[in-house]
Amino acid sequence: MEAYKRVTLARKKTRPTGQDFINNIFTDFIELHGDRCFGDDPAVITGIGYLLDMPVTIIAQERGKNTKSRIKRNFGSAHPEGYRKALRQMHLAEKFNRPIVCLIDTSGAFCGIGAEERGQGHAIAQNLMEMMSLKVPVISIIIGEGGSGGALALGVADEVWMLENAIYSVISPEGCASILWKDSSKTKEAANCLKLTAQDLLELEVIDKIISENHRDFKNVYRELKLNLYKRFRKSQILSPEILTQTRYNRFRKFGALDITK
Amino acid sequence: MISKGLFKKPKNELEDHHWVKRQSDPAIPSELCRSCPSCKQLSFTSDLDNNFHICPKCGYHFRINGRQRLNMIIDPGSFTEHHQNLISTNRLEFPGYEEKLEQATLFSHENEGVITGIGKIGGYDVALFVMEVTFMMGSMGQVVGEKITLLFEYATEHHLPVIGFTVSGGARMQEGMLALMQMAKTSGGVKRHSDAGLLYIALLTDPTTGGVTASFAMEADITLAEPEALIAFAGPRVIEQTIRQRLPKGFQRAEFLLEKGFVDGIVPRNIQKDALIRLLSLHSIPKGGDDHGSL
Ligand SMILES: [Zn+2]
Repeated sequence: MEAYKRVTLARKKTRPTGQDFINNIFTDFIELHGDRCFGDDPAVITGIGYLLDMPVTIIAQERGKNTKSRIKRNFGSAHPEGYRKALRQMHLAEKFNRPIVCLIDTSGAFCGIGAEERGQGHAIAQNLMEMMSLKVPVISIIIGEGGSGGALALGVADEVWMLENAIYSVISPEGCASILWKDSSKTKEAANCLKLTAQDLLELEVIDKIISENHRDFKNVYRELKLNLYKRFRKSQILSPEILTQTRYNRFRKFGALDITK
Repeated sequence: MISKGLFKKPKNELEDHHWVKRQSDPAIPSELCRSCPSCKQLSFTSDLDNNFHICPKCGYHFRINGRQRLNMIIDPGSFTEHHQNLISTNRLEFPGYEEKLEQATLFSHENEGVITGIGKIGGYDVALFVMEVTFMMGSMGQVVGEKITLLFEYATEHHLPVIGFTVSGGARMQEGMLALMQMAKTSGGVKRHSDAGLLYIALLTDPTTGGVTASFAMEADITLAEPEALIAFAGPRVIEQTIRQRLPKGFQRAEFLLEKGFVDGIVPRNIQKDALIRLLSLHSIPKGGDDHGSL
């Protein structure tokens, strides 16, 4: 399937959102609000719940389901307080030794006056640094759109999984086409060049697993995620924090370029 | 971004030709005089050379390249460069990327967008990185990320403080997700260096944007900025297109970040070296041997 088709599927309005994944994978979910600094960002849902019999921390980007909720959720584009809220919950997870699940679905971190004024770059940077050394297992799953730094800010994990029709990209294909070719009609070409599909990213080892979907019915997706998450966390439970963080460091350390010398 | 149709203009000056032009004028060495982009006054090039490339009339900081910056900061003869031969390849086979790299090499006389190494500042041993604005706007691909991470790893192993000068258009889109991964990788390097109790001072220069702002530029123990430097996650034009209104004057400039609490101080170029020496001293960094011209 051509890359742009995936882009369309990943952004489809009827596609299940973060809240659907929470409702269908976890039980007894309790939402916990706020970053304790500025406010509560509705573009990110955080809380705790059970994965089968295991208490876990869940952090999900939420785009909204209808016009009203999309506006409330800022279409899934978080402000700095969304990332700070997520980080606060990650630290609590670490304190109480709970695994962390991040559900990524955003076209990008929000670009606006308030976001810049309150340090969007700083908030994302702190998450990248702190996630790298979290002493509990972390799995991130791209469920829809993984838009650049705003997605990566929840994506420094032991493993990164991706739904079959999700995308994960350094820049939107539209942005890429207009910057590189000054031509927004080349969006499809840009989507191909950026290697943003799950299959491409598995080959590049940017992700570790593809979750297959049947886009009429997500029941199988939820079931597969639930089982895989549980199995993976059970496996991590026997690892020491040192091995866990070393493995996570190595996972990102490998994206290098050392074999090419002039 | 809310709507997909909002990307009409460059996201973060990455490929902005207007910018390249502005940069290339002052780079002509035979030019006797240069006009200040801020106050329009003419200055003799030789006067600017002797004044840290600061306009003597209004204090505007002309953009300079990495080697010029290095020479202003490091004790003469003390710098040993690391991994200067690392060059980028076009792993994603992105159209036109090889040509871009070739042009950037010719234009910048550098192999990539960052210079890294070790040296002395006022006699203090430091690990240093200086990003190179003339190499594809200092954008971060795998080589930039690798060199910076290697530097933090080296500094951690050898108990050295890291001093970093940032200037960047953000992640390099021609390397796709492999470029984005560098944000996580460099952050890991910074985190380990920090956990080892070592000092990292970042000096943000004009412009520092995108994926570099959202990673190692904003992860220092002490964050300094050059006067009026643009420091942003999203560039001003992207924001104007997103919110459809003009931004207030001075928005995202160093002084604005100081007011909002995101930088520790603004340090003009002519006193940067002194400021760094004082900070190194206050952190009880041991002085290295005086085998190289320390002060
Ligand atoms: Zn001037």
